[in-house]
Parts: sequence; structure tokens; C-alpha cells
Amino acid sequence: MSEHEYIPKSKVGKWFNDRLPLLTLANHLTDYPTPKNLNYWWTFGGILTFCLITQIVTGLVLAMHYIAHADMAFQSVEHIMRDVNYGWLIRYIHANGASMFFLAVYIHIFRSLFYGSYKSPREIIWIIGIIIYLLMMAAAFLGYVLPWGQMSFWGATVITNLFSAIPLVGEGIVTWLWGGYSVDNPTLTRFFTLHYLIPFLILGLVVLHIWALHVPGNNNPIGIDIKKPSKDTVPFHPYIVIKDGFALLMFMIVFAFFVFYTPNILGHADNYIEANPLVTPAHIVPEWYLLPFYAILRSVPDKLLGVIAMLSAILILAALPWLDTSKIRSAVFRPLYKQFYWILVADVLILGYVGAMPAEGLYLLIARIATAYYFLHFLVVLPILGFKERTTPVPLSITEPILGGSPNLAAVKKKDDFKNQ
Amino acid sequence: MKNFFRISFLIALFFGFQFNSNAAEKVEYLKTDWSFKGPFGKFDRAALQRGYQVYQEVCSSCHSMKYLSYRNLVEEGGPEFSVDQAKAIAASFEVKDGPNADGEMFTRPGRLSDKFVMPYDNEKAAQAANGGAYPPDMTVLVKARGGGVDYIYSLLQGYEDPPAGVTLDDGVYYNKYMYGNKIKMSNQLSDGLVEYSDGTNASVEQMAKDVTTFLMWTAEPHLETRHKMGFKAIVYLIILTVLVYFSMKRIWSRIETKV
Repeated sequence: MSEHEYIPKSKVGKWFNDRLPLLTLANHLTDYPTPKNLNYWWTFGGILTFCLITQIVTGLVLAMHYIAHADMAFQSVEHIMRDVNYGWLIRYIHANGASMFFLAVYIHIFRSLFYGSYKSPREIIWIIGIIIYLLMMAAAFLGYVLPWGQMSFWGATVITNLFSAIPLVGEGIVTWLWGGYSVDNPTLTRFFTLHYLIPFLILGLVVLHIWALHVPGNNNPIGIDIKKPSKDTVPFHPYIVIKDGFALLMFMIVFAFFVFYTPNILGHADNYIEANPLVTPAHIVPEWYLLPFYAILRSVPDKLLGVIAMLSAILILAALPWLDTSKIRSAVFRPLYKQFYWILVADVLILGYVGAMPAEGLYLLIARIATAYYFLHFLVVLPILGFKERTTPVPLSITEPILGGSPNLAAVKKKDDFKNQ
Repeated sequence: MKNFFRISFLIALFFGFQFNSNAAEKVEYLKTDWSFKGPFGKFDRAALQRGYQVYQEVCSSCHSMKYLSYRNLVEEGGPEFSVDQAKAIAASFEVKDGPNADGEMFTRPGRLSDKFVMPYDNEKAAQAANGGAYPPDMTVLVKARGGGVDYIYSLLQGYEDPPAGVTLDDGVYYNKYMYGNKIKMSNQLSDGLVEYSDGTNASVEQMAKDVTTFLMWTAEPHLETRHKMGFKAIVYLIILTVLVYFSMKRIWSRIETKV
């Protein structure tokens, strides 16, 4: 949002730009004033863009060799792993890339929760983000079905069967989804089609996500509104580009470690057994990134209510900008919220853990308590906290706490106390 | 820099949970040194060739290897039989081919391009011959079992008399590493069962190790390339990361803020 109008230097550039202002857009993106105090948690937006592009590119190549047919899918994946040049590399990048994508998106979401990035005026960015997250889960689930292993088949059976919980029309919907009376070839071919479609929907939404971000500009670790451009901002290029690049490389090292040295550790061994409708695996578990929601689903004894609970757990996030009543964005100045934040992080990790365990005995009890707490956090704790919490004084600009070094926060505090007297 | 430690901690935490959940049912497997473990792991060529021999002489009468071709036996990173050896191996199998010009199916000796010949015509035939149990295809078997190579290695040596109170039906055997301890495959290995052409003593332990190594290769034929490429890729990334780190420091030094 630079104030001055951009005029290309060359004549050709000006001619083109008058007709299609791509150069203005490029100029906006490079000059884009960014808060200079963004920490490394802010680099995950760039990392996620990288993840999406990686998935699309590797996915395209895989789709050239994959055969979406119940009798041939498993075999075609082995063909990719054995006979396609570097097919093993491309498939392992794609399979582990999904996990890396979710790892990054969870960090991105929890960063937003910590620094209050979802609050006014950024509600639309946040809601688009939630839709992207939902689509990511759909894409990941559909993609996991494609190798047509045992977990693919039974995972598809369990998840599609959730729709049967809908009263009256549920059974009909499930048959319609399957394209038959069980998960079979028609299910596989439509899952492949949708798996191919969704990433492009995500790509479109990512453009909107970034567009919506560029209207108010980035939030920042101290969560205050800043003047742009000003002493508090730096141009996106080169400052943020190089920092994002550095963080991305660190991320890629972790990524490469998984791809080259433990490519199957995040998957389930049963998915190397070809799908068999007559043999049910001992434990049907989703991929690690869906486990917290799986735990919520199973913690409710009633099927329909379980499905509702699971969906609500995601959709409740869309209402977060209005559930959180505090005017202060960053948890840095919210001593109580900070504690509840970490309890929520622990709660979600616990849900993930019990989601991988059999739903019985102590695990089930823990899952129920953790599920209850999850909703309590959003529906009770956050609304009340906004009214009750005594926040610490917020600095007026970014330069203020940074220029004088760390003790300055205390100085700001004193100044505020002084004002109050 | 503190943030990197935080990030790595978080990543470790996330995946720590995953490792735990994968090891839900814990049995202590027998341990041995696998030459292919670790970032520089490679297959032991001689072990792969011996392992192929064990598979061929013992396992292949029931277990298929349907994703493997005879040509794979020659390829780099595998047992690396010579082309002539592999051709001889392929030719020792009868392959069903056709139809010919007269519209008839016929059999011919195998070629390098053929897939491994299956012991049974179909799954039903396999079940009928094995008391109702289907001997699983072995190509990706080590990846299809939770314990991987350690599990297969242990299972092959895990046969014992059932403890008091456990009764076994006819054709069911007791194996302490099998899920539920009951297995329909009888103990296959006994000392000196095969005669290794390289003179290695064919103890049960040796054969179990060799055939498991062979199965690791059939499941991951590009493992050696993967390890080599991974090392190069990670070294490259680390060097690039260091360079970008210093560039970043340089660029950010233009303003007074710390990165």
C-alpha cells in the first residue's frame, strides 16, 4: 500500500502497464511495507506457499503415471516406486510433503492464535484460512485413498460412513458418495478427480488470503496497528524475502531428512497391503494430522453427535474473531490468555495422542475431558477472558521497545503507570 | 536463534507422538546389525545374493514376488547378479505367454523382462493349498509390517512350543513374534537347509538375516540411491542455508533491527 503511484521507467513497460498493471502489482509486492519486528513464526506463510507448489508439481508428475482403477492403483504406485525415473523420490516428496504441509499449517494457525492475528480488521483473512485448512484436510484424505492400500480403503469406508449419521437421507448420501453399495472403483475414480481439483481451489483461495492480507497489512508480535510505510516497516524485498528464504531452507532440511532417510515413518504399514474388502485392519487410524479431530469424533458416544462435535471443532474457529472479546491482539500483553493458550496447545496434542490409541478405558476418558476442554476454551474461557483479564501496557510503536533494547518494555510500563497517576 | 530451537522442539514433539503411537503394541524383536540402516547404509551384495537363494529355495514355493522382474536382479543397488546369471535364473522358470498365431496359449522359458513367476494361479488357489491362509506377496512385505525388517527377522526365528494352556488347531503354529502368536506358516528354517554357493554356514540366524536383507531390497530397490542422494541434498541445503544466513545478516544490518 505504498502511497506514491508506480510508473514504469521503460516506454514498453509503461505501455504494457497501462493496459494490464502487472508491473504495478510486482512493485506493490516488492515494496509492500512489512512490520520489521516479525519473528520466525511469521515465515510459515512463505513456507506454506512452497508446500502447496511442491504438492502440485509432484502431484502432476505422479498423475502421469498413476492409474485410478481399483485393480491397478496399488500396482501403479509400485510401478512409480520401481520403474519410473526418480518415481520413488517424487512419490516420497508428495507423501511426506502432505505431512510437512500440515506441520507448517499448524504452526501458522497457532501463531495466529498466539498473536491474535484473526482479530479485526483481519477476520476475512482468518476465515479464508479456515476454508483453506478444511480443503487441505479433504485433499489429504482423498489423496491417502489413492494408493488403494488397506488404510486407504478402510479409511475411506470409515470417513464416508460418517455421512450415514445424517437422519433420513444419510444412507442415500453415502451410496451416492460411493457410487455403489461399498467403497469400490467408482469411489476411487471420483476421489482421484476431486484430489486433482482441490489443490487448485486452494491455490485460488491462497491468492485471496494474500490479497486480504495486503489490505490491512501484517499483524506483528506486539499486535499494534502501525503506520505504513514508516520507521516501523521494511520493504518486503529484500528484507522479508531473505528472511523467509532462510527459514524455508531450514524447513527444507527437515523435509529432506524425512524424504531421504525415514520416508515411511509418518505413514501406516498397513497401506503397503493392497486393499481387501474382506479383511479389516486391527486399528483403523487416520494420518497424524487428523488425529485430534478423530479423537473428538470418537469421544462422543452417539454417531451423529460425534460427527457434529468433530465438525464444530473446526467451524468454531471461524467464529473466533467474535468469541475472543479482548481488544488486545498479542498474547505478549495478555498474561492470562498466554497461559490458556499453552493449555490449549497441550490439549490439542493430547487429543492427537489419544486419537492414535484405541478408544477404550483411560484413553477414552482422557479424550472426553480433552474434547470438553477444547470447546470450553473457545466458548467460555475466551469470551470471559476479554472482560476480566488485566492486560499489561502496550507500546505505541514497534521502534519504541526495540530501539532501547529489551529493558525498554519495563520503561514503557513505567511511563504508562506515570500517565495513570 | 532461540526461535529455531523452539521450532525444532515443536517438530520433535509432534513426531515424538507419532513414533509413540506407531509402537502401540510392543514386543522386543531380535536385533541384528543391518548394513542398510543409517544415512550411509548400503546393501551387503553377498547377503542379497544369498537372500535370493533362500527366497528361491524356501519361500517362493508359497510366497509370490509379483512386482519384481528378473531384470531387477542385475540392476545397480541390488544383488547385482551378472546378466548371464540373471538370464539363467529367468530361463529356469516356465512363463505362460500367448496367444500365438494359432490363438493358443503356450509356455516358454522366462526372460529378463518377465515378472517373477507366481507360485499359484490366483489367490483362491493359494488359499486352497495353504489351509485357507493366503501367503502374502513378499515384494513390499517389510514395509507392510509394523516392525519392518526386525519383525520379519524375529518371526522367522520365533517358533517355539506353545505355553501351557494354549491349544493350537491343526495347521496352526505358535510363534512368539506373530500378532496373536498364532501363525499358519510352519517353521521353515533349519540349520543347513540351503547350501550357500559362497560357503557361508547356513545357520537359521544367517538365513533369516540374508532373506530379510533380500526382502528389504525388494521393498526398497532404490534405497542406496536414496541414501546417497539424501546426503548430497542435505549437505547442499546446509551450505546454502549458511550462505543465506550471512546474506540475511548483511541485508538486515542496513537497519538497526536485529534479525
